[in-house]
Amino acid sequence: MDAVLELSGVSKQYPGHLAVDNVSFPVPRGSLFALVGPSGCGKTSILRMIAGFEQPTAGELSLNGQRIEHLRPYERNVSTVFQSYALFPHLNVRQNIEFGLKRKGAKEFDGPVAKVMNLLRLAGKESRLPHQMSGGERQRVALARSLVIEPELLLLDEPLSALDPQLRKQVRLELKSLQRSVGITFLMVTHDQEEALSLSDGIAVMNRGKLEQVGTPREIYLKPASRFVAGFLGSVNWLGDVGVRPELTRVGHQPPGNGARSHPARVRAATFLGNCVHVHTELSHGAHITAEVPCDHIEVAAGQDVHVWWEPEDEIHLPESRA
Amino acid sequence: MSRVRTWALAPAGGLLILLFLIPMAIVTSYSWMTRGPYGGVAAPLTWENYARLFDPLYFSILIRSLVYAGIATGICVLMGFPLALFISRSGGRKNFYLGLVIVPFWTSFLVRTYAWMFLLRDTGLINTALQALGVIGEPLPLLYNPFAVMVGLVYGYLPFMVLPIFSTLERLDRSLLEAAADLGARPLDALFRITVPLCKPGILAGSVLVYISCLGAYLTPDLLGGGKTIMIGNLVQNQFTTARDWPFGAALSLILMLAVMALLLPLVRRGNEGLL
Amino acid sequence: MSRWLSLYAVGAYAFLHLPLAVLAVFSFNSSRFTTWEGFSLTWYRAAFADTQLGEATINSFLIALAATVLATAAGTLCAYGLWKRGSKWITTSLYLSLVTPEIVIGIALLAFYQWMFRYLRIQLGMHTVILAHVMFSLAYVVTVVAARLRTFDASQEEAALDLGATEWQAFFHVTLPQLLPAVISAALLVFIVSFDDFVITSLVAGVDSETLPMVIYAMARRGFNPTVNAISTLIVVGLGVLIVAGERLREK
Repeated sequence: MDAVLELSGVSKQYPGHLAVDNVSFPVPRGSLFALVGPSGCGKTSILRMIAGFEQPTAGELSLNGQRIEHLRPYERNVSTVFQSYALFPHLNVRQNIEFGLKRKGAKEFDGPVAKVMNLLRLAGKESRLPHQMSGGERQRVALARSLVIEPELLLLDEPLSALDPQLRKQVRLELKSLQRSVGITFLMVTHDQEEALSLSDGIAVMNRGKLEQVGTPREIYLKPASRFVAGFLGSVNWLGDVGVRPELTRVGHQPPGNGARSHPARVRAATFLGNCVHVHTELSHGAHITAEVPCDHIEVAAGQDVHVWWEPEDEIHLPESRA
Repeated sequence: MSRVRTWALAPAGGLLILLFLIPMAIVTSYSWMTRGPYGGVAAPLTWENYARLFDPLYFSILIRSLVYAGIATGICVLMGFPLALFISRSGGRKNFYLGLVIVPFWTSFLVRTYAWMFLLRDTGLINTALQALGVIGEPLPLLYNPFAVMVGLVYGYLPFMVLPIFSTLERLDRSLLEAAADLGARPLDALFRITVPLCKPGILAGSVLVYISCLGAYLTPDLLGGGKTIMIGNLVQNQFTTARDWPFGAALSLILMLAVMALLLPLVRRGNEGLL
Repeated sequence: MSRWLSLYAVGAYAFLHLPLAVLAVFSFNSSRFTTWEGFSLTWYRAAFADTQLGEATINSFLIALAATVLATAAGTLCAYGLWKRGSKWITTSLYLSLVTPEIVIGIALLAFYQWMFRYLRIQLGMHTVILAHVMFSLAYVVTVVAARLRTFDASQEEAALDLGATEWQAFFHVTLPQLLPAVISAALLVFIVSFDDFVITSLVAGVDSETLPMVIYAMARRGFNPTVNAISTLIVVGLGVLIVAGERLREK
């Protein structure tokens, strides 16, 4: 695999707190790669070390095979789209976008600026000031400002968190198509597992400073390497060492009769969620199993005796000790 | 990034070392020296200068300074609290009313002190007006006495009291007063049971600022006290100019400085120095 | 209660403003006594004709201008350096310089200058006054600029570095332009406190560097002179305009 960025054994020690603990993974060239984990897991520290705002206390960072830990932020061909966008409020859109080109001593401004402005649907807004724009527009300016200097790697810090929920789904699709059209590697940090799963080609999951798993969204969701990963990316019903996701769990009045694993259960409650129903059941030995089923799938009421079942190949096998 | 920081701090750091820390160190060392034959300082090291602070002549001036500063602070609390309360309740014109307190505060301290001389002197506006109205025959002795010094101190430092009280009032949660009213407290009840207790940090901060300013006052007792009602500041100035007893002046300065620092300690501890 | 409070406020504001207002009104009195005898500009003419006042005003202006430029530059840089990463001794020194009574700063500087005079042959003069003013104004500048920096988004500087700017370029192109209102407001403040200072100035001034407050002080002590009313009114109006301008800038 051709990696644009390679982390090996990276650690970051703050006084009294190890934020990043011996993390290694490659970021494939041309991909949209997501670094996910709960807040405080060290993902933002990694992003800031790649950008050069902080120095790792141990380990190596290589960009195109060249070590970059010792380089200042302005010496690295990496650019960041900040969570707050960090647009310069005293400069208009065009001046914001030109900022990096000027610093890099470019001779030709108009062509590249016009190109990114068209790409990000900002044409005609050259002289607006940041505070005169909507959140979505500001994000596009931040993207344009970074893309115009053609970085090897674009870092995005929680790119969707500052947007309205309605806007988020639309921007998600736009980000993906933007990444495909410019061909630059995007590395984004997010705490939202749905965002990571839907957007990225590759995911690295972190927890408490440690890397838990790296893989494609499918691998990580279906074959989690730890109970943390399994739980972080969605809910899981656990029966001892075996887990199964609620959306792969079925409910019926009769046992299915084929090779499926089936258990008799009693319905505790059924929660209507619009697009689906969550059926909460309890097995005879006390374990709780939740099934996510379509609204018209089955009529159940609390106290009813039913059967819950799933296909053996949908099971996740992780011993409890690795919690 | 540390290189930029070093260069950014260098000019101010250099100025502070050269023009503040070294001069203060010189004064400190002078306080243990002996008065030289032509003014200045001479060699034998001594505690004599500190012992002289207890000479009744000087001790009474120290005590007077502490007492005057205390009285002026008390008057400022009584005058400043209601004014701060008025400003915080003045709705949309808050900034205007606050400005009315701040603007005279920054205009020339000397001119403001002189304005009181103009009002209080024997042939000043107050005495002239009272005489013209036939209220008094002889002019009242308003200037060059403790009363004039007290007026000048309160007038000079009242804003130091108003500003911190105002900012604690602004942080006060309005719903607390609504809750108090809801529970049956009348406005005055709520004022003394809720507002005043919660404003204590502001009152304390204001009191310390006013007290240390009054303690170090020089111009007010000099101009309005007319050389009769002198305070520590005047005594210090006197030792360095006419009396030419630098070591004693240095000891006085150091005591004044230590008093100021001791008074500020509770504020710094509470972390609301609010300045830097 | 609110009616009583408003009534009290009227009294309190009268206490704060009437002395200066009365002074201003009587500066236009044609009589030299405190009874109103008609409007006249006599005392203003007298003030402008007074060569000693004129020279002192020029001195005050020059000192205030020099102190403003130096203190604003050093103080702004200092606030920026402290914002990047604090420095305990500088913060403490600034804080101490702010709370030390003026008279103590004055005699400390006097002792220091005398000491320098002995070894380096430096005389008291404009330069010693300017340096004294720069020193005691530093804390004001740092306070005002630091207050603005507290609300400044650090990621803007990171964005500038990220886009290829060096640290100094980031400071001059991104941070400083946004600090400008605070810097100007700080400069106005320095100009005011420098122009107005009497206690420290009178101790460290030389024979050639008598300032306006020093002349006013001497006139006030000598006895009643309506010319002082006129010049005082001019100072209050002039400084008042600068103060209001500075407050406006800081609110932005």
